Amino acid sequence: MNSMLLLLIMGVGAGILGAILGIGGGMIITPVLTIMMGLDIKYAIGASIISVIATSSGSTIAYLKDDMLNLRVAMFLEIATTIGAIMGALLVGVFSSNFLYVLFGFFLLYSTYNMIRKLFDKKGESVYTGHDPIVDKFKLASTYYDKAEQKQIDYSMKNVPGGFIMMWAAGLASGLLGIGSGAFKVIAMDTIMKMPLKPSSATSNLMMGVTAAASATVYFFNGSIRPDIAAPLAIGVLVGATVGARLMQVLKPRVIRMIFIPIILYMGVQMALKGFGVNI
Amino acid sequence: MQSTHDETRKVELVIGKILRVGVITSAIVILIGMALYFMNGAGYPTIVKNGQSMIDFPKRFSDIFAGIIAGKSYAVIMLGVFLLILTPVLRVVVSIYAFYKEHDNLYVIITTIVLIILMIAMFLGYRS
Repeated sequence: MNSMLLLLIMGVGAGILGAILGIGGGMIITPVLTIMMGLDIKYAIGASIISVIATSSGSTIAYLKDDMLNLRVAMFLEIATTIGAIMGALLVGVFSSNFLYVLFGFFLLYSTYNMIRKLFDKKGESVYTGHDPIVDKFKLASTYYDKAEQKQIDYSMKNVPGGFIMMWAAGLASGLLGIGSGAFKVIAMDTIMKMPLKPSSATSNLMMGVTAAASATVYFFNGSIRPDIAAPLAIGVLVGATVGARLMQVLKPRVIRMIFIPIILYMGVQMALKGFGVNI
Repeated sequence: MQSTHDETRKVELVIGKILRVGVITSAIVILIGMALYFMNGAGYPTIVKNGQSMIDFPKRFSDIFAGIIAGKSYAVIMLGVFLLILTPVLRVVVSIYAFYKEHDNLYVIITTIVLIILMIAMFLGYRS
């Protein structure tokens, strides 16, 4: 009973944070389950997959209703992510996972640096509105209403091939290493493709559920998903994600970026250290 | 550009409504399972696995459905969790239909490719 209550509360927290940032919350759930509750890593990974899907589905309801996400960008880039995820799952054991942890860890640290630079950029959260042949062909440009700034923001994007490759790498990482790829998705859209942060986060939320569903069947049928853990966690995360998706819309993009930076810094350090054999 | 966006709005609202039905359904099934657990317990024996004792639970469809018919709470929860796993798939399927209704053939193709890749991945998962 006590552990169920703890899982429920943790789920609410992970759901709120995940919905705001477009990440799955595995980075919070896995250490709490393994270190605090002494759970086998296998069940912790199964639990975080359920958390990713619940965050994604719970928040996407609100983001679709409020026109915050970009459905075309999501489906277009989802091709890259799902192909990456399948290749990753098939290639498990071919590459050294330590090397990959170091590689992706350092990439996150580099992204942290980029995000901090953007935070202190005098132009602030500038919106890219230029034309690009790929963006026009695939009708990727869109618009959203920013409740914090109380104005409609039309946006375009660039570097679509770069974003596509990054999304493929994000899928590969999730397939090979069993980690969520939400942070990489947000970085691909925000930093590489120059999409505004809010639609980037909302679109990542939609996408990460689809990516996670691809690997969730593996974990479901091999018995990694325990009902006593998944049930309270899923309910908590669904509630949290519903709240978080509303909260995100009234936050200023700059504030969301300030929450995002320490999280990817932590993830980057955690992954790089893991690659060198240190677990934190 | 504006007309493209108006079309997209309609598509998004339809997908949002159907996704909500899917999410609420899976949440209700999980909650029923939890209620059964507090009334009758898990319904499965305790086993020892990797030195840790835990309550067993069903993983295959046949075991899950047999458990639901017997009113076992863990089987009901596993069904709810599986329905939750299907909600992202539902999103992709409804997107295909919605883009089709909007005569956006390019995105019918793109979204169908996503669905096919997703199905292959899920099938590989079931077999492994």
